[in-house]
Amino acid sequence: MAADATTARVGDPGWASHARGVGLQFIEFAKRYGARWALRGVSVAIAPGECVALVGPNGSGKTTLLKAAALLIRPTAGRVQFSSSAPGTGPNSHDHSCVIKRYIGFVSHSTLLYDDLTAEENLVLFARLYGLDAPDDRARAALDPAGLATRHKDLVRNFSRGMRQRLAIARALLAGPKLLLLDEPSTGLDRSGQQWLGAALANLAAAGCTVVMSTHGAGEASACVTRAIRLLGGSIAEDSAVSGDPRAMLAAALAAHQEG
Amino acid sequence: MALGRPIGILLAKELRTEFRTRELLVSTLVFVLIVLVLFSFTFDPTTAESRRFGPGLLWLALLFAGSLMLHPSFTREQSNDTLVALRLAPIEPVSIVAAKILANFCFLMVAELVLLPVFAALYNLRLLPVLGRLVAVLVLGTLALSIVGTVFAAISSQARMRELLLPLLLLPLLTPALVASVEATAGLFEDRPALPAVWVGVLAAFDTIFLTVTWLFGEYLLEE
Repeated sequence: MAADATTARVGDPGWASHARGVGLQFIEFAKRYGARWALRGVSVAIAPGECVALVGPNGSGKTTLLKAAALLIRPTAGRVQFSSSAPGTGPNSHDHSCVIKRYIGFVSHSTLLYDDLTAEENLVLFARLYGLDAPDDRARAALDPAGLATRHKDLVRNFSRGMRQRLAIARALLAGPKLLLLDEPSTGLDRSGQQWLGAALANLAAAGCTVVMSTHGAGEASACVTRAIRLLGGSIAEDSAVSGDPRAMLAAALAAHQEG
Repeated sequence: MALGRPIGILLAKELRTEFRTRELLVSTLVFVLIVLVLFSFTFDPTTAESRRFGPGLLWLALLFAGSLMLHPSFTREQSNDTLVALRLAPIEPVSIVAAKILANFCFLMVAELVLLPVFAALYNLRLLPVLGRLVAVLVLGTLALSIVGTVFAAISSQARMRELLLPLLLLPLLTPALVASVEATAGLFEDRPALPAVWVGVLAAFDTIFLTVTWLFGEYLLEE
């Protein structure tokens, strides 16, 4: 099977300016690490503006699916396709990847932050890499709602786990993503941090941003979920778009997590 | 985004973090200093011997120091998966590698410029008459070390025996550049100092070839 990284439907000249969310579609997407298949021919479409929770036990393929959506891994087979693209960028080209990446925010298991830079320097660095105007102002504006404004000059190595997670989320939101990918974003957050995350996700969802997150079913972040997909052994075992209520799947995932 | 801008942003980040911690610079400086001093103690060279062996010792010390210094350039991106953050950014992946090469080149050049007077004092060599030409050789040789070293640091960073793997990959591949650097430097300490065009040409060709290969295939170095 061919292993294209991305393809796109080209032809919407104003997409970059007016589109609210980026949809994505996995087509027979498979990924193998050595002898182990992390994903086995996953086919699923996520519409712009959907807020999707990925649930499932450890090793079920949630993180791999998120990395694939973030264009961090090449598929062993199949491809991921985004719902639209900027004009003049062909599929699979670097230009195309760069255009898509501009609209993707990603929160990983790791913080993706430099310990030897301050909170502000981290955000300014990424604001510059994303080509944002007034990067210093953007960084300060992002630190305030995350509750880190008073610690903006502190090195990240001196932050607690919760503060690092807040900063990691602020980094992902910095460029105003149209597709937000979150890998267990509540990790390390205290109650107020979870409330801030829940409110931020609700705002993004209301603005039409597509959100895909892996979760164990609990936390404020799950409040905005409109659809749940359960992965098992690298394949889709259940999809609430077909089977019905995402809340029931989230509750079942939470129960399974607490038992296991 | 054009390549120059992200390279500049990432180079500034590399310099800022290194000059804040000074981990690589200090350890490299100390390592080369120890090697040069130990060599000078070992065989107490005369001026003629220094002219003969000094350039080789200098470049060997720099090569070993480089293999130590280059190793952390990618491994220290692993602590918080910061390389993933860079790969997520809408920039050409090769700009990440290019910024690393430039940063390593800057660090090695700073170390070399600090150590040159020490080298001259220990081995009774007169630097001032050939300083300009010596710096030109150092630039070409250090560029070779930085390009190949950075590429192999990226490759070996994902391996299990990475500390051992980098020198094993690096040292054989850098042999042509090492020989050319030593010969070009030795020519500068002859009775009638001259910059051997052949060896400078070899160094320039080595740099051009490996820079081109890195340019073409650099993006694959960063993939999981």
